[in-house]
Amino acid sequence: MAVLTEEQTMLRDAAKGWTTDSAPVGALRKLRDARSGQSFDPAAWAEMGQMGWAGVIVPEEHSGSAFGYLGLGLVLEETGRTLAASPLLSTALIAASALNLAGTAAQKAAWLEKIALGEAVATLAVDEGAHHAPARTALAATKSGDGFTLTGVKTFVIDGEAADLLIVAARTSGKAGDTDGLTLFLVPGDAPGVTRTHLALADSRGAARITFETVSVGADAVLGEVDKGWAVLEPTLDRAYAGLAAEMLGTANAAFDITLDYLKTRTQFGQVIGAFQALQHRAAKLFTDLETTRSCVEAALEAIDAGGDTRALASLAKAKASEVLHLATNEMVQMHGGIGMTDAHDAGLYMKRARVAEALFGGAAFHRDRYARLQGF
Amino acid sequence: MADFGGTELDAFRAETRAWLEANYPPSLHAPMGEDDAPWGGRKMVWKNPDAKLWLDRMAERGWTAPMWPKDYGGGGLSKAENKVLEQELRRIKARPALMSFGVWMLGPVLLEYATDEQKKKFIPSIIRGETRWCQGYSEPGAGSDLAALQTKCEDKGDHYLINGQKVWTSYADQADWIFCLVRTDTSKKHEGISFVLFDMTTPGVEARPIKLISGSSPFCETFFDNVKVPKDQLVGKLNGGWDIAKRLLQYERQNISASGFGGGGGLDLVDVAKKEIGVDETGRLADGDLRARIAAHRMDAHAFALTVRRAEQESKTGNGPSAAVSIIKYAAAKMNQERHELMVEAMGLQGLGWEGEGFSKDELNVTRGMLRSKGNSIEGGTSEVNLNVVAKRVLGLLDHQ
Repeated sequence: MAVLTEEQTMLRDAAKGWTTDSAPVGALRKLRDARSGQSFDPAAWAEMGQMGWAGVIVPEEHSGSAFGYLGLGLVLEETGRTLAASPLLSTALIAASALNLAGTAAQKAAWLEKIALGEAVATLAVDEGAHHAPARTALAATKSGDGFTLTGVKTFVIDGEAADLLIVAARTSGKAGDTDGLTLFLVPGDAPGVTRTHLALADSRGAARITFETVSVGADAVLGEVDKGWAVLEPTLDRAYAGLAAEMLGTANAAFDITLDYLKTRTQFGQVIGAFQALQHRAAKLFTDLETTRSCVEAALEAIDAGGDTRALASLAKAKASEVLHLATNEMVQMHGGIGMTDAHDAGLYMKRARVAEALFGGAAFHRDRYARLQGF
Repeated sequence: MADFGGTELDAFRAETRAWLEANYPPSLHAPMGEDDAPWGGRKMVWKNPDAKLWLDRMAERGWTAPMWPKDYGGGGLSKAENKVLEQELRRIKARPALMSFGVWMLGPVLLEYATDEQKKKFIPSIIRGETRWCQGYSEPGAGSDLAALQTKCEDKGDHYLINGQKVWTSYADQADWIFCLVRTDTSKKHEGISFVLFDMTTPGVEARPIKLISGSSPFCETFFDNVKVPKDQLVGKLNGGWDIAKRLLQYERQNISASGFGGGGGLDLVDVAKKEIGVDETGRLADGDLRARIAAHRMDAHAFALTVRRAEQESKTGNGPSAAVSIIKYAAAKMNQERHELMVEAMGLQGLGWEGEGFSKDELNVTRGMLRSKGNSIEGGTSEVNLNVVAKRVLGLLDHQ
């Protein structure tokens, strides 16, 4: 664990207390069984907003606390531990980042305070296929009068149905695959021509497919500069990678803790199964991976707070978090044996969230490829 | 935090920089070959007299053991000052003034467990690089199960008498003295072990080098035949050697780990792979499979370096290395072995030369380095033993035995 300030420690302890008491794993199970199609419980999100967690990276003049990404990472890690479903990642981290990085005074004034207070849900609509590929954006934005018209499809948009604000990556020039020619637009979630469909994913949170049919926006909807959207999108995505990695680190650590507890209590052959060396070594290796992943996640968040090039560290964090969460949830089921395969046990909920989180914003292979390119090979 | 004591540190930095500029011998800017390793000791032949001069100058200030107390010849530096010294040494790419098991392993436990007389007798000569030490731990029947060691140490009234055999004694043939684990009570296992020091020239001591698969001989078999040892060379309590032994192992593993088992023989894996395999039109390594594995390895190495840094930031003064060091030793061994294997793979048969013409020195080192790296997961505690330590001490799982 990074050396924390007193405020950071308080924030983490508050998050730990709240998720344990008010958003345990049972809350996600309840959300799933309600089959409401909601990606989170609005009442729980309202409480999180009241506690200030939606405004951790929002500047103070917009009612945030400006505690930084390491601070927000601590909250995400705690929500990851109990699989607490909320728009913390989509809204408080990703959308707030994009607005902070490139918003005009008017755009910031319109959205940041609402985000900080938990009164608005906002999300980034970037991917158009099942694999994360930001540069492959094809959704077309064509000039129309003073503004633009958007036509195309975005898919697997987290919290997309609930979103009041969509930050849409669109192509204003060039072709799919180019990083030049992209533009980000702020589009109200209920704008005419926007159709949202629920995609029920295994993690019980789901995502949205969003169709844009000649959606008209004004020139003031452009976030950043026309054709230069990559300059905002890439650092925003780095923040998404690091933030999601923090949440995944929490999920992996909780999966490990539950499993370790089981190794110490389940008896077979007249002894606790944790006395078997075959299991001990697997547990010790997993612990090693969890510790090195923590180093990467914290380093990425600290680097974002410090400014500068965060690309390699963000991809390192997301790749490592994907690998370790994959392993931790596999081991969770295997070491629990038959009980781990039952719906009554939480292991399945951890595994389902793990697989979705691994794929969201790029799996380990995507980030290894990006890391290698950044290192010049 | 960064501001606290900043002025004194800045002054220390300026003074250190000036001293290093005035005292680092210019001839040592040339790369250090294997034969130049400054191990010190009575048998050391200094190929370059400036290396000896550099050792003497550093030792004079106690900077071969910068954080040890001044009373015994150490540098007496604080953690922060030591960090500055390390940074300044790196800045001028200084060679190490001294490489020493005495500094890395023995000294820290002497400071913790030895009497004042023993500290005065042994520590200053470690700092000055006058005495080269070796480690008498493993035996033919006591490897991972180190506490099964049987080298017999009998109380003969005015002295101890030692009989038995050690193995994997690093550089025993080059060492002046040995720190040695011996059995002083055969009725108990861990509680029957003592920690003694003696001169390798004592009659009855013999060291025979062992040739490894890599062709080098860094280790010895060491035999003790009626070796007489003065009684004041016992460290700590009689039969209390196991605690000292474990403590010393932590320092050993920390030291092995912090270096990540050393450098890559001057070759960069990515450069080698690009040269030998080529790149596609977008600059990616042409072999996609190897590229992915090199990327994964580089990321592991990056994650490892960040973890070592984090462990340093978190470690509190005075607590010494924690059980978490076993994680780092395990990870470092795995990483180093992977790097060597990838290097061989990237070079193809050119990376498997054994000797003679057709191969550069670097290429031959790749072959031998890969073979030598196989020992990384065995020496200083096998990976399996390190995982046992993590399971028991960190995760709180029951001892499997």
